[in-house]
This record gives sequence, C-alpha cells and structure tokens, in this order.
Amino acid sequence: MLAESLFFSAVLFTIGVIGVLTRRNAIILFMCVELMLNAVNLTFVGFSRVYGAGGQVFVFLVMTVAAAEAAVGLAIIIALFRHRHTVDLQNINLLKG
Amino acid sequence: MLLQSAVSPGTHPLAGTIAAWMWAIPLLPLLGFLINGLLSLTAVARFGPADPTAASHAAHGDEGGHGDADHGGHHAARHRFAGITSIVGPGVLVAAFLLAAAIFVRMHALGEMSEPFIQQYFSWMPVGDLSVDVAFRLDQLSMLMVMVVTGVGMLIHIFSVGYMREDPGYPRYFAYLNLFVFCMLVLVMAANYPLLFVGWEGVGVCSYLLIGFWFSEKANADAGKKAFIVNRIGDFGFLIAMFLLFANYGTLDFSALQAVSGQFVFGGALITTIALFFFLGCTGKSAQIPLYIWLPDAMAGPTPVSALIHAATMVTAGVYLIARSNFIFAAAPVAGLTVVVVGALTALFAATIGLKQWDIKKVLAYSTVSQLGYMFVGVGAGAYVAGVFHLMTHAFFKALLFLGAGSVIHVMHQAYHHTGSHDDAQDMRNMGGLKKYMPVTWVLMWIATLAIAGIPPFAGFFSKDEILGTVFQRAEQGSTLAQAHWLGLPGTAVLYLAYAMGLAAALLTAIYMTRLMLYTFHGPNRTGEKEREHLTEAPWIMTGPLLVLGLLSAVGGWFNLPELITHAIPLGPTAALEHWLDPVVGAGTATVVGPGAEATAASTETILIVVAIAIAIAGISIAVAVLKPAALVPKRQAKPEEGFERVLANKYYVDEIYDATVVQGTYGVSRNLLWRGVDVGLIDGLLVNGSAWAARFAGWLGSQLQSGQLGTYAWVLVLGVLLVLGAFHHAVLP
Repeated sequence: MLAESLFFSAVLFTIGVIGVLTRRNAIILFMCVELMLNAVNLTFVGFSRVYGAGGQVFVFLVMTVAAAEAAVGLAIIIALFRHRHTVDLQNINLLKG
Repeated sequence: MLLQSAVSPGTHPLAGTIAAWMWAIPLLPLLGFLINGLLSLTAVARFGPADPTAASHAAHGDEGGHGDADHGGHHAARHRFAGITSIVGPGVLVAAFLLAAAIFVRMHALGEMSEPFIQQYFSWMPVGDLSVDVAFRLDQLSMLMVMVVTGVGMLIHIFSVGYMREDPGYPRYFAYLNLFVFCMLVLVMAANYPLLFVGWEGVGVCSYLLIGFWFSEKANADAGKKAFIVNRIGDFGFLIAMFLLFANYGTLDFSALQAVSGQFVFGGALITTIALFFFLGCTGKSAQIPLYIWLPDAMAGPTPVSALIHAATMVTAGVYLIARSNFIFAAAPVAGLTVVVVGALTALFAATIGLKQWDIKKVLAYSTVSQLGYMFVGVGAGAYVAGVFHLMTHAFFKALLFLGAGSVIHVMHQAYHHTGSHDDAQDMRNMGGLKKYMPVTWVLMWIATLAIAGIPPFAGFFSKDEILGTVFQRAEQGSTLAQAHWLGLPGTAVLYLAYAMGLAAALLTAIYMTRLMLYTFHGPNRTGEKEREHLTEAPWIMTGPLLVLGLLSAVGGWFNLPELITHAIPLGPTAALEHWLDPVVGAGTATVVGPGAEATAASTETILIVVAIAIAIAGISIAVAVLKPAALVPKRQAKPEEGFERVLANKYYVDEIYDATVVQGTYGVSRNLLWRGVDVGLIDGLLVNGSAWAARFAGWLGSQLQSGQLGTYAWVLVLGVLLVLGAFHHAVLP
C-alpha cells in the first residue's frame, strides 16, 4: 500500500514539475504547483498509515498554506492580466537583470 | 648624566680626571641650541610669524650676506632677545673650548697614552648580534679635532656676533650654529661608526639649514636643497660600507674593528669595496669630484657659516673619517690610490676654476675644494698625519680668509646701504684699493694668503709640503701603494703623477689667491665716490677673532716641523703632531709604508722643499706681473669673458652637464617610466581600474543569467535539485 501511494505521488509530482517547466500560461503553471503540493500531501498521508498520524497534521498545514498561496497567487495573476492583457509568462520578464 | 663605566674603570690614566667631563663638551653647544632655539620660537609665538620677505630684505640690507640681494629702504628692528643670544651663543662655545683645553692639557701631561679613553653612556641598538653603544672616545685624533672644532668654532661664533647682530633671525642663526657644533663634536668624538654617522647627518642638516638661512630668496633655498641631496648620494656609500663591515666582521666599534683588523685580507676585494664606499661618503661630505658641486653653491649662507661649516670643520669630516679608518684604508692600497687620484684631480680642477671667479666667496669656495683635494691626497697616500695636519692649518687660514672676506662684504654692504646702491657687494670688480680703508683686515688676509700659497714660515707651507713630500716618498720608497696597480697603471706612476698635479695646483693656488688680494685690496678703488666715504674697518668684535686666526695661520705650521728645519732653526720640537697622533694612525701608516722602506735622503727632501717654495713664489710673481688691477672696471661695465676664460668662469659647465644628464635623466625616468608607466599605467591602469573592470565583468556575466523568464529559473532550480539529490544519493547510499 505504501509503495503504491509513494509511486503515485511521485508520478503526480513529476507531472507537476514537467508542467511548471514546459507550460507558459500562468494559470496552468499555478495549477501544476498545486499538483506538486498535493503530491507531497499524498506522501505524507501514505507515510502516516505506517508511522502514525503526525503526517496528517502536516497535510493540513500544507493545505492551509496552499489556500493562502492560491489567494495571493491568483490576485497577482489578475493584477498582471489587468496591466498586460496576457498571462503568457514568456511576455513577462520584469525580473530581467 | 649616567656614566656607566669606562672600558676598564679606574685603570685608564684619564679616568677620574677632568677628562671624565668630556660628555659636557658636546652638551654645552646643545644647551646653547636649546636656549637660542627657544628664544627664536618665543618671538614667533609672541608676534606671529614674521613676514619672511621683509625679514630677508632687512637681513640683506643691514648685514652682509648675499650680494645680489635687494637692500633698499627696508629696515627691520634687531631681534628683541639679541642681547641674550649674544651672550649664550658664543658663551657655550667658549666654555666648551676651555673644557676641551683643560682636558688637552691633562692628556698632554700624561705623555704616552696608548689606549683611548672611552666613556659608554647607554646601549643604543642592542639587536641580535648588533650592539651599538652611545659612547664617546677620546684619543689623540679626536682630541685634536675637538680642539680645532671648538677653537675655530669659538672664534667664528664671536665674529658672528658682529656680523649677524642686526639680523631679525639672530637667535635662530645661533641656534643652528650651536647645533652644528654639537653634531660636529658627536662626529669626532663618536666611538663607533653609527654614532659618527649621526653626527655626520646632523652636520648635514645644519649645513642645509644655514645655507638656506635667508630662505625667502629662492636661490638660497635651492642651494640648501642641492647640498642636502648631493650629500645623500655620498651617505648611501657610507651606509653600504657600514653594512658590509657589520655583515663581515660583526662589529662597528672602532676599537673592536681595529682588534679584528688582522682578519682583513690585504688588498682583498671586500676591504677595498668597504674603503671605496666610505670614500664615496667622503666625496659627498668633503666636496670631491664628482660630488663637489654643492660646496660653491653653499656660499649662499651667511659668510661666518661658510667659514665654519663649509671651510674649516664640516667639509673636513671626510678627511677625519679616512684618518679614523686608517686601518681599513691601509689594507686596501687600490682604494688608497683612488683617494689619491680623486684628491689630486679635485685639487687641480677646482684651482683652475678659482682662477676666473669674480665673487670673492666663490674664489674661496673653489679654493676650499682644492685644498680638501690636497688633504685627500695626503690621507690616501697613507700620510694620515700630513692630511690631518693640513686639515688643521687649513681650518686656521681658510677660516681667516672667509672671515676676512666677510668683513669686506660687511663693509661694502654698509657703504651700499648708506647710498642706496644695488651693486653686488661680493664682486671683486666692485672693490679694489680697500687696504687704505681696512688695514687690519688687509694685513691678516695677506698672512692667510701667504699661508695657503705655501710661503714659509706660514702654516700652509709645512702641511702642504708634508703632503707633497710624503706622496713623493711613497712613490720613491716602494711602499705598498707603489707596488699596487690602479686601473692597470703602476702605483709608482700614479703617485708621481699626483705629486706633479699637486705642484701644479700649488702654483694655481698662489696665482688665484694673489689675484683675490690684488683685486680686493690693491689698485684703485672702484666702489664709487659716495660709497667711498662709508668704507671703514670692521668693528673689533669682528677683527679680534681675525687677529687670533692670523696668529694661528702664521705659526700653526710649527706644530709639526720637519727634522730638516729643526736642524737648521730651532723653532720647536720636531714632528710634534706626528708623535701625538702616532697611537692612532701609526700602525696604519706603517702598513702603507711597508717593510724595508729606507728614509728619503736629506738632499732629496731639500730639493722637494726648494721646489715647493719656488712654485709658490712663482705663482705670486706671475699673478703680480700679469694681473692689472688698474685695468679692471666695475661689474656693471664689465664685458663678458671670451674663449677658455668663459669656460672657467662658467665652472667648466659642470652644473649644466649634470643638469642635462643626471637631473634631466632623473626627471625623464620619473616622468616617463615612473609616473606615466608605473603610476598611471601599472597602478592606476592595471590595478585600480583593472580590478574595477574585473568586478564589472563578473557582474555582467551574472546578470546574463537573470533573463526574467520564469521558465529558465524553474529549469535551473530543478537541475540544481537533481544535482543535489544526485550528490546525496552518491554520498549516502552505497
């Protein structure tokens, strides 16, 4: 059971990483980040079945932070869209040195 | 004063006598320096810094320093502490001289004194193997030098009261002069080379300060700088010689070095190098070719300074150094021959320049350079007694000549001052016929002239004849010098050549000195109608010291009478100075003479003396016959010289040649290599701007990574994580 959940979360995490690396749309990118967070949550839950409920506490913490992050992140994306009329990250390079 | 011990306390015959007070001899002038220096400073603090321009003009106007100066309507008040300075300044010298004389009498009463009397005060540089004490050494040579320095110094200090009293910088003048005497006494009394070097540098500083005494005139300040910088070149040689001595023999103490002088390889490269580097120091301090150029310029200082520092004492320090280091020079015949050659060249070269100078002080300056050359011929040829003897007699008659010239300039200046004339008070073309107005100075100056020209029985005859005679003997007798080779020439030839050059220089000396006397004191007066009324004899405070020096110039040669003369005329003991100095220089002289030297035949000696006298008389006669003081016109109307006379009047253009080569060369290297190359190019360009460029380039490289593309950052992040994980995997898991 642990092996399957770990495998599944690894698959999810990798999909998230690949999404972050390859997609340009900020919304999709954001969703991929959520995917990676939830992949980690899945590992926590999986381990908690073997080592006790401590992992589930972390899951709640991660979900809370993810919710807060989603709020801030979506707000930023909306602000960005209002200014630039796009959420394509290739057109946004404000961090260029 | 903490007096630790003499070398062997209680055993030296001088211990416990008045000689135990010898530390006070240099400290008295130092005390005078402190008092006069404070007086000079308080005056500045009270009134604020004086206007140097006004001070300088007043100085030139009232007193007679520099001929070209403007001496118009300025009139500065005498310094408010001039009275105290007049007592303290010469007073400390009188006290020092009396103390020195008392010690001399005690020492003379001992008769034979083979060991020097050494007082150690404290340890100065105890570093590793090097141990340098502040210690004074009293032996026959330093005693003689102390007597000359304090004696002649005392007379010149007294003369200065008359000469400088009206100068606004009067206490400063005496402060420097006292400091000079202190340093000179440290130089001659030091028991080791480093302490001698302290005095050596100290007199250099005082010389610099006094040459530039009227510093608001740029020429004077430049002359001071020139003297100082040229002397640095010589001091470099002195330092190298000291380092070599310490590195090879482990000590710098005179007694200790003399004790190990058995280890010196006779004629070896090391000892020759040491001797030559010491001699480089001497060429700077004692104004020999190639470093003599500063001495004529040093005449920019007040005339008593020229008498004391640049004629009688400081410039003879090099001669003293060689006499003191006789055990080194005796072991290095090639170095000795070098000294002889340079001395003889300088004597002849400077004498020719002296023939055509118009400034009365410049004639005497070149004469000093020339006479110093004689002294070096003496000490180089191992005639240490003769060299030191000439040093002593020269101190007498050259001080007299300079002070006499000072009186003349003083009187000329006063006359010009009364009439508001701006003529040159030092140019002999503006003088003439002064014997009518200054009879005392005239007689005394003639005594000094006869002395320097070498007419018996005046002082210079005996000392000069002894130097020339000894050089001839060294060549004839097959001494170690004659057996050595100098640049491929046999030593005998070099010595005979030096003798011939010495004779030629003696002839020229007689000519230019007679010329000076004829133009200054004889013939018609060329000062002008109005000035003539103001020409008088200088005051007694100035002619008094001249009288004493005149007496010494007349009989000073009798301190060391040759046997030939005492046989015929019983003037005094035979070779008294030679016996006196024997414990110090006897061994060195014996080394130079070598074994199996037979005495020169009396007939040869007689011929040498006759030749010397004939040369001197010939020189005077030529000058009297050829020179026509009556045909001379004042400087303003004088035509410039032509042909070779012009070369002589311009001092062979040596200053110009040095300027074109050494000075401009240094400037060129400094400007093009050091400034533009090293400073601007290497330091500013490569190091300062280069490091800035490198930092900017690294920053540019880093900034290129910051594309602003989120994707790139994510890729870098992931790759980094994979790298870390991979490393972790590799390290932790097997």
